[in-house]
Amino acid sequence: MSGLDEVEAQGVVKDYGRQRALCGVSLRLAAGQSTVLLGDNGAGKSTLLGILATLVRPTRGRVLFGGHAAESLEPGALRAQIGLLSHEVRCYGDLSARENLRFFGRLYGLRAALEERVASLIERVGLAAAADRPVRTFSRGMLQRLALARTLLHRPRLLLLDEPYTGLDRDGVTLLSHLLDEERRRGALLLITSHDLDVVAPLCDQALLLRRGRIVASARFAPGTCTATELARLCTAEAES
Amino acid sequence: MSVRRWPTTGLLLLLGLSAAGLMTAPHLILAAPAESTMGFVQRIFYFHVPSAWLAMLGAFTCGGASALFLFRGSERADHIAHAAAELTVLFGLCTIVTGPLWARKAWGVFWQWDVRLTTTLLLWIIFVTYLFARRYGGPGGRQLAAGLALFGAADVPLIYVSVSIWRTIHPKTTVVSTLDPGMRPAFWVSMLTFTVLFLALLHLRLGLEAARARYEALYLEAQDTGLLDE
Amino acid sequence: MEAFVRQVAVLLAKDVLVELRAGELIYATLLFSAIVVLLFSFAFLGGSPPTIEVTAGVLWVGLALAGMLGISRSFEREREADTLRALLLSPVSRAALYLAKMLGICLLMIAVCCVVLPALGLLFGLHIERIGLLLGLLALGILGFAAVAALFGASLGRARVRELLLPLLVYPLTVPVLLAGTRGTYAVLYGTEQSLLDAARWLRFLLVFDATALLCGLWLFEPMTAQE
Repeated sequence: MSGLDEVEAQGVVKDYGRQRALCGVSLRLAAGQSTVLLGDNGAGKSTLLGILATLVRPTRGRVLFGGHAAESLEPGALRAQIGLLSHEVRCYGDLSARENLRFFGRLYGLRAALEERVASLIERVGLAAAADRPVRTFSRGMLQRLALARTLLHRPRLLLLDEPYTGLDRDGVTLLSHLLDEERRRGALLLITSHDLDVVAPLCDQALLLRRGRIVASARFAPGTCTATELARLCTAEAES
Repeated sequence: MSVRRWPTTGLLLLLGLSAAGLMTAPHLILAAPAESTMGFVQRIFYFHVPSAWLAMLGAFTCGGASALFLFRGSERADHIAHAAAELTVLFGLCTIVTGPLWARKAWGVFWQWDVRLTTTLLLWIIFVTYLFARRYGGPGGRQLAAGLALFGAADVPLIYVSVSIWRTIHPKTTVVSTLDPGMRPAFWVSMLTFTVLFLALLHLRLGLEAARARYEALYLEAQDTGLLDE
Repeated sequence: MEAFVRQVAVLLAKDVLVELRAGELIYATLLFSAIVVLLFSFAFLGGSPPTIEVTAGVLWVGLALAGMLGISRSFEREREADTLRALLLSPVSRAALYLAKMLGICLLMIAVCCVVLPALGLLFGLHIERIGLLLGLLALGILGFAAVAALFGASLGRARVRELLLPLLVYPLTVPVLLAGTRGTYAVLYGTEQSLLDAARWLRFLLVFDATALLCGLWLFEPMTAQE
């Protein structure tokens, strides 16, 4: 399959024993659009991202990738189009940033221009000075930058970012917003969770509010029209109703 | 959600049959002719063999159900596998306890590294680990246990072969003799009774699992509708 | 096929590179295997020369104990920064992942052999004439052990008691390996024509075990590593 241009979740339910993490979530992500997923801790955001990344199997409901169920697609080809940035860094502490990226690049089958791709990404996320130091010695913000580079390495069509702004300094925040905007222009499907409304508002084409495993409010915005106030209103409007 | 009547007729029938069998079997066992060399202690055989057979039946039921759970995601198969594993541990224990009692009299020692003994012991250990993995395996513990059951089902024949090669290198004790016709009624009644008891226990255990699943579903539903918020 | 082999090689090379950088796993495992042999020599050597039966047993039990220590640690390392999840999320096939982990365990256990065999020679007076047969037994035994350990090590997930669970899962299932290994080694050391035939028989048995374990591993790895 080439060019994933739509991802749709239909009535996704996920139970962990007696805890229902998601109760019937449906959403649609379109190419070149970014969706901001809002919600408190424990609302089910990470679970939803895990399911969309094909890592977690839903208890009920299904996810369609470009109109096809995940089971009917070749798993390797599907996973090659997904990039997931989660809370954990998911890089080897004993290897350097460059070695980590080189390894993951090879796993994703990048061969020809691997070295250039790795070098330019390291440059891009601002880790050039520390590229050959063991990752174990990195600060939180540097780890986040590395995790970001690892997520973008194979140019995924579907980008799932769980709190991508945590740990980043002011420069890092600007850089990340810039990178995400670039990905959006490239035609990627973005799903971002964040608590920082000011930062995500400029990126937002669609906002969803998840509460206790349900999408309780949603809004669409024309490019560049979304503001933090609008997002805050979305969050409070539901609380009042 | 429909509420099933409990206990069901099937269960009552199974329980009744096994009770009748358990009452009849001792009389038949006493009436059976005594074995010439081992005497009274040979009668343990009427409990030992059915227990061993059910431990095997339970193990393979668990293996098959685990395959259905792993590859089809069937929850009911998982319940069956769990119940069958518990019964394997139970009847396996009966086998392992009655075996040495008999062996003490027949061979003069409690334990012999006999093929069937060793294989049964390892099978039993694998299924105790199965229950352990389910209980303490955390998220994914059920998959882990199911994999163990399936791997175990493939492994048991290999264990049997390896132990038997090991033992044929050493001197071998043969104790298996053909069954005296007078012993047959007692033996087959015991076999049948134990099998019915197995089915009754399996049925009970599945009923419990089904009830638990219903309870969990209701709990989740109550959580959804906000009944449990206060 | 070529892509598959490359995936296995990339994964295995990564494990070796991490180990070369960190080093703690291999040193600890090798030291532990020496200590195990030493403990056995205190337990069994009281003046009289050890029988070859004891020597064969120490070799295989030592291998199993030290191997398990290293295997536990190697999977723990993949969980520290949740990198196992990153591997499962990547497009590499599950079979490649399983085989790479299995080969990594084989390398580790070969290293353990390099410590245990000389230690046995020194402390237990191990003297081998048919080194080929013994190496064959060790190679097939290690392969069988690794085939089981890689499957269960990778599927332990986030269980609280995983370091307790792994030996409980692996040892009972690998009893045939231990039995074939110790009895086969005993037969090799015994050295008569008849016993060498027995050793060859154990070798064939190990081949059957390895094939079964590998097939089960490849078949079960995918559903067992799937997240609930």
